[in-house]
Amino acid sequence: MLALQILIDGFAISSLYALGAIGFTLIFGVSGVLNLSHGALMVVAAVIAWWVGGLLGPGTGSVYVGAAAGVAAALVCALATYRLIASPIQKSPSIPREEKEIFVLTGTLLWGIMLQEAIAYLFTNNPKTVRPLVEGVVMILGVRTPHNEILTAVLSWALIGLLWLLVNRTRMGKSLLAASMNPRGLTLLGFELSNIYLAVWAIYGILAGIAGVLLGAFLGVSSDNAGTLTASAFSIVVLGGLGSVSGSLVAAYVVGYLETLTAYLISPSIRTVPVLLLLVVVVYLRPQGLLGRR
Amino acid sequence: MRKAYLAALLGSVFGLAFTTVSAEAADPIKIATIAETSAISGIGIPNAAKMAAEEINAAGGVNGRKIEIVAYDDHNSAADAVRAFQRAAQQDKVSAVIASYISEVVLALEPWAGRLKMPMITPGAASNEITKRVREDYDHMKYVFHGYLASTQIADAVCESAKKLLVGDLHMKTAVVMSEDAAWTLPLDEEYLKCLPKIGIKVLDHIRLSPDTTDFTPIFNKIEGSKPDVIITGISHVGVQPTVQWQQQQVPIPMFGVSSQATNATFWKDTNGATDGVIFNMVSAPDVAVTPKTIPFAENYKKKYGALPGYAAYTAYDDVYMWAEAFRKAGGTDPDKVVAAMEQTDHIGTIGRIVFLPKGDTFAHGMRIGDGYITGLMVQWQKGNPVTVWPDKVAKGKMAFPSFIKLPQ
Repeated sequence: MLALQILIDGFAISSLYALGAIGFTLIFGVSGVLNLSHGALMVVAAVIAWWVGGLLGPGTGSVYVGAAAGVAAALVCALATYRLIASPIQKSPSIPREEKEIFVLTGTLLWGIMLQEAIAYLFTNNPKTVRPLVEGVVMILGVRTPHNEILTAVLSWALIGLLWLLVNRTRMGKSLLAASMNPRGLTLLGFELSNIYLAVWAIYGILAGIAGVLLGAFLGVSSDNAGTLTASAFSIVVLGGLGSVSGSLVAAYVVGYLETLTAYLISPSIRTVPVLLLLVVVVYLRPQGLLGRR
Repeated sequence: MRKAYLAALLGSVFGLAFTTVSAEAADPIKIATIAETSAISGIGIPNAAKMAAEEINAAGGVNGRKIEIVAYDDHNSAADAVRAFQRAAQQDKVSAVIASYISEVVLALEPWAGRLKMPMITPGAASNEITKRVREDYDHMKYVFHGYLASTQIADAVCESAKKLLVGDLHMKTAVVMSEDAAWTLPLDEEYLKCLPKIGIKVLDHIRLSPDTTDFTPIFNKIEGSKPDVIITGISHVGVQPTVQWQQQQVPIPMFGVSSQATNATFWKDTNGATDGVIFNMVSAPDVAVTPKTIPFAENYKKKYGALPGYAAYTAYDDVYMWAEAFRKAGGTDPDKVVAAMEQTDHIGTIGRIVFLPKGDTFAHGMRIGDGYITGLMVQWQKGNPVTVWPDKVAKGKMAFPSFIKLPQ
C-alpha cells in the first residue's frame, strides 16, 4: 500500500520535474545559456493562469483560457529573456568572450529576481493555486489519486514525446541539433543562427509555461518559490549531465523518487536533503553527470 | 517652534479648541510600522495604521500634534527589520513602533527596543518568548508590548472551542496535531498536547512540518493512516498549499485550529474555494460585532483598500489608538513615561477590551484573556464567506463541511 502510494506520487512529481528541466537543458544545449530566471518564468505562468482564470469566473472554460494565458505569459517572458538579456550579452563586443557565460548567468539571475519581485509586488507573495483542469479523484488499487495528478503526468509525457518528435523528425529539429553541435558550421551552410535561437527560446517558453501552470494546479506556487524552482531544475540538469536531454529525464525521476521516498519513509521536512547529498557525490565522482558527454 | 510647543501644551490642558489650531503647527508624532508589505498579513499593518492615524488627526491629533505613520518593509527578514528599527529610532526619530506578525522577526527586534529605549508592540506575532523576556528582564525589556495572543493562549482558545464544537456537537474522540516548525508553534503544540486530552480528545500523532513544504501529500497520507476524527492545525507561513491539496486529495478529515492565512479575505480566491469547511481561530471577524468598532473598521478598510482586513490589521489599528492614548497621558513621547502610560491601557478596540498584564505575570505586557476582555473566535469558511461558529453568543451560523469530509457517526 505504502509502496504503491510512493510509486504513484513519485511518478507524478517526477514527470513534472522532467518537463520543467527539459526546456532548461535544451536552452543550454543549443544556445549555451544557463537561464537562472527559469523558476521566475514558471511562477509567472502559474500566477497569470490563476489571475486570468479568476477574472473570468468559475466556469470550466475559464480554467483553459487561464492556462493558455499563463503559457502565453511565459512565452513572452522567455522571448524577452533572450532579446533583452541573453542575446545582447552574447553579442556585446565589450565583454570578453571567456566572460560571457558568467555575464549571462548574472544577467538571467537578476532578470529572474526582477520578475519575481514584480509578481510579489502585483499579486503579493501569497501562494496561488491554479484551478485544476479536471476535478475529482479516482481509486488506483486503493490509493486515492486526484484526476489532476494523472493528467499532470500524462500531459508532461505527451509534451516530452512531442519534443522528441520535433527534434528528431523535423527539419527544424535537426537544425536545432546541428546548432548544439557546431553553430559555426551551421552558419556556413546558410542558416540564420539567431532564428534558430529564437525558435528554441520559444519552445523553451512554452515548455516552462506549461510546467508552471501544471505545478500551480498540482502544488500551488508563490513568488518565493522562484529560487527553489531554478535550483531544482539546475540540480536535475547537473545530475543528468549538462545539455543531455535523456540524462535530464533520468535525473528528474531519480530526484522525484528520492524526494518522495524521503518524505514518506523519513520525514517530509528533509525531503530535499538526500538529493543535494547525491548531487555533491555525483559532482565529485562523475562531474559530467549521469549521462553527460565529454 | 517654542510657541507651537507652548500651544500644544496649552491645548492638552484646555482641550479641543486649542488642539485643532496647534495640530497644524507642531511637529507630528511619528509611529513606525515594520512589516513585509508583499505578504497579505503584512500589508494590513501599515494600511490599518494609516487609517487609524487619519482618524486621530481628523479628530484633532494628540496633544495638538498629528500622528504620522512611517512604513518600513522588512521583506520578512529579521536583519532587514533590525535595520529598519535602527533607522526608525535614530534617523527618522519615531516615538513608537508597531512591528511584524512573524515571531522570529519580533524576537530579533526585542533587544533593540530595550537598547534604544523604543516603545514597541507587535500586532500579530504569537511566541510566548516575547512576554517571557519582559517578565525576566523587566527593566530592559519593558518597552515591548504583546498586542496579540500568546501561543499558549491561542491553544487554550482552540481547546475551549473544540470542547463545544468537536466533542459536544460532533462527538469526536481523536486528533492529529499538524503544525509548522516555527518559534510560535513550540508553545502552541505543547499546550495542544496538554489541553486536548483534558477535553476528551486523544492525540494520535503529532506532526511538525517544514514551513517550506510544498507537497503535503505524504503528510496527509500519514495522518489518514492513523485515522483521527480531526486535524488540529498550527499553520501560518503555510496555508494556501496544504488547504488546496487537502481538498484536491479529498482528505476526509476536517481541519480545525490555527491557520493564519485563512484569516485573509482573499483566502477563498487564493485557494479557488478549496478552503470551504476549514475552521480557524481569529480575534475578530468582519461579520461579528466583537465591539462596536469591529464592523465599521472592517467596512471602512474594505472601502479604502478593496479587501477585508487580515488578522494583524485589526490589531495594528488598535495599536495606533493605544499609542496615541499613551502619548496623550504621558504628555509627550518620553519612552519611560509612554511605557508607564501604556501599562495603564484600558482600551475598547476592534478585537475586544485590551488591558495589559502586569510585570510579574507569566505573560507580562501581554493581553488579558477571558470573558470581558479578549476571547477569540472560531470562524469557518462557508461558500465564499467566513462565518463565525463560536462562541455561541456571537455565532452567525452552524458548522458545515464539504461532502468529502467523513464525520464520526
